[in-house]
Amino acid sequence: MSREVISLDSITFHYPGSEQQVLKNVSFSVREGEWVAIVGHNGSGKSTLAKLMNGLYFPKAGSIHIAGKKLEKDTVWETRKHIGMVFQNPDNQFVGTTVQDDVAFGLENHGVPHEDMVRRVHSALRQVKMDDFLNQEPHHLSGGQKQRVAMASVLALQPDIIILDEATSMLDPTGRQEVISLVRALKQEQEMTVLSITHDLEEAAKADRLIVMNQGEVYRTGTPEEIFELGDELVSLGLDLPFPIKMGNALKAQGVPVQGQHLTEEELVNELWTSHFKK
Amino acid sequence: MDISLQEVEYRYAAGSPFEKKAVENVSFTVSSGECVAVIGHTGSGKSTILLHLNALLKPTSGSVVIGDRTVKAGRKEKDLKPIRQKVGIVFQFPEQQLFEETVLKDICYGPMNFGVSEEEAKCRAVYWIKQVGLSEEILQESPFDLSGGQMRRVAIAGVLAMEPEVLVLDEPTAGLDPRGRKEMMNMFFRLHKERKMTMILVTHSMEDAADYADKVVVLHKGKKVHEGTPRELFSDAERLSEWGLGVPEVVRFQRMLEAKAGRKLPGICLSIEELAASFSELSGGKAT
Repeated sequence: MSREVISLDSITFHYPGSEQQVLKNVSFSVREGEWVAIVGHNGSGKSTLAKLMNGLYFPKAGSIHIAGKKLEKDTVWETRKHIGMVFQNPDNQFVGTTVQDDVAFGLENHGVPHEDMVRRVHSALRQVKMDDFLNQEPHHLSGGQKQRVAMASVLALQPDIIILDEATSMLDPTGRQEVISLVRALKQEQEMTVLSITHDLEEAAKADRLIVMNQGEVYRTGTPEEIFELGDELVSLGLDLPFPIKMGNALKAQGVPVQGQHLTEEELVNELWTSHFKK
Repeated sequence: MDISLQEVEYRYAAGSPFEKKAVENVSFTVSSGECVAVIGHTGSGKSTILLHLNALLKPTSGSVVIGDRTVKAGRKEKDLKPIRQKVGIVFQFPEQQLFEETVLKDICYGPMNFGVSEEEAKCRAVYWIKQVGLSEEILQESPFDLSGGQMRRVAIAGVLAMEPEVLVLDEPTAGLDPRGRKEMMNMFFRLHKERKMTMILVTHSMEDAADYADKVVVLHKGKKVHEGTPRELFSDAERLSEWGLGVPEVVRFQRMLEAKAGRKLPGICLSIEELAASFSELSGGKAT
C-alpha cells in the first residue's frame, strides 16, 4: 500500500462568529497517487475542507496531516509546498500579462533561479498542452484553456497533491472535458495525487474513490460503482446520478432488461446491442 | 411584452482603431409569454445580444423593439428606466453583485430605485425570498454570510422583486449542485408558466435548451445561424458541431445506440423517459 499523503482525523469546524458547525467529526485519508473526488451538495462543507487542507483556516478540533506533517500555524508554509490548488473561477486566478508570466509568478515568489524557472515554466505548459500560447494574454483564452494554465502554474511548483475546488464547474462541456482528461493524464503519467471537489458526477465517476459529504459529515466513501449503487439515496442528498445509470434505470422502468449498472455510455450501448440487436 | 431585434449590428469601440464587430444582422422576436433559449459557443455574440435586451447597449445599426419602445441606431434615447424595470436581467454569477448589509436591504434596492416605496419593497422582499426557496429569517442576515447557492437565490430575488415582465437569464445555474440546478430551473419555469412571464435563457446547457425552451436561437461568430424548436435543432447534430455546439446527452446516446445497432428510432428523443419508451417499443418483441 502506498503511503497516506493527506489524512484528516476527526475534524470539527465552524467559521469565526458563526455557531453553525460546518464540519462535524470528519475523517478520511488520501493515498499517494490516488484520485479522490469529494462530492456533496452546495453547503455540505466540501469547499471548507479545501480551505482547511491548505491552512487558510484551522480546525476547531481534530488534526490534519499533509505528507506526514501535522498542519499547524508553524508548519503551514511547509505543508503548502506539497499542495497546489486550482479554484472555480478561471478569471480570478490570473496575475501575469502573458501565459508564461503567469506560470512564472509562483516560482518567482519561491525565489527559483531564472534559468530553472524558464525550464519549469516551459515544461509545466507542455504538460497541459498550452506551450503554443506562451506569450498570449490569459484573458483571451477559452475557459478550459484558462484552467489548464492555472494547472500549469500549480504544476510548475512541483506539488505532490493537486486540489481542484470546483475547477470545472464554470466551464462549458468542452472545457470540462479538457480539464478532466488532463487530470487523468497527470495521474497516469506522473502518479500525481488528485483531490477533486465537485458536484459534477461525470467527473467524479472517473475518480478512484468518492467521498460523499452531507451536512458537514462524511456520508459514505467507496469506489464510484459502490457509491452510484446508492441510486435515489444520492438524489435525496442533492446529487444526481451519471447519465448512463439514469438511462439504464429508465429502460428498466419501461420493461427493457438491463443487467447491473453501467458507468459509461459505451458499456450500456454494448449491453443493449448485445441483448437486442446482435444475432 | 414582445422584444424584437431587427438587423442588429454592434461594433465595440466603433470609430476607433480597436473597432470590433461583435454581432451582425441579427433578427429574431421573443413573443410575450414565450421561453426562448439563445445558445452559441464562447465568443458567438450571446453576451452582446443579451445587453441589447434592456438597452444596456444600443445597436450600431438596426433596431431593438422592446414593448412599445424602439431603440434605434444613431438616435439618442431618453428615460430608459422603464425598459430596465420591465426587462430584468439575471447576469452570470449574480451573487457577485450583492453589496448591502442585509439580505432585506439588498432585495429592496432594485425596486426602490424604480420608485417603489420602502414599505412595498419590504413586502416584495418577504414574498420573493420565499419564492426562491429561502426562509424569511434570512432577510436579516448579511448576504456575505450565506453559502454560494443561497447568495445566488438572494440575487435572483432582487431581480424578481422589480417584478419585470421579461426575465433574461444568463447561465443561471452555473456552479450550482444538481438539485440546486433543477430547483432553480423549475422555479423559473413555474414563473414562466403561472405568470406568463417571458423568459430568455442564455445558456451553453443543451439539456436546459431541450427541456425548457419553446424556441432556440443559435448564434455563431456574431450571426444568427438557426432559429427553431429544440426538436428540429437537435435532430441535426452535424450542423451543431460546425457551430462548436453539442447535442443534449440523451440525443448523443440515442445516436450512439443507433450507430451500433445499425437502425434508427422513429424520431429524436429529448428526454431519458422518451428515449426509454421509444427503445422499448422498438425492441418490444425481443424483450423478455
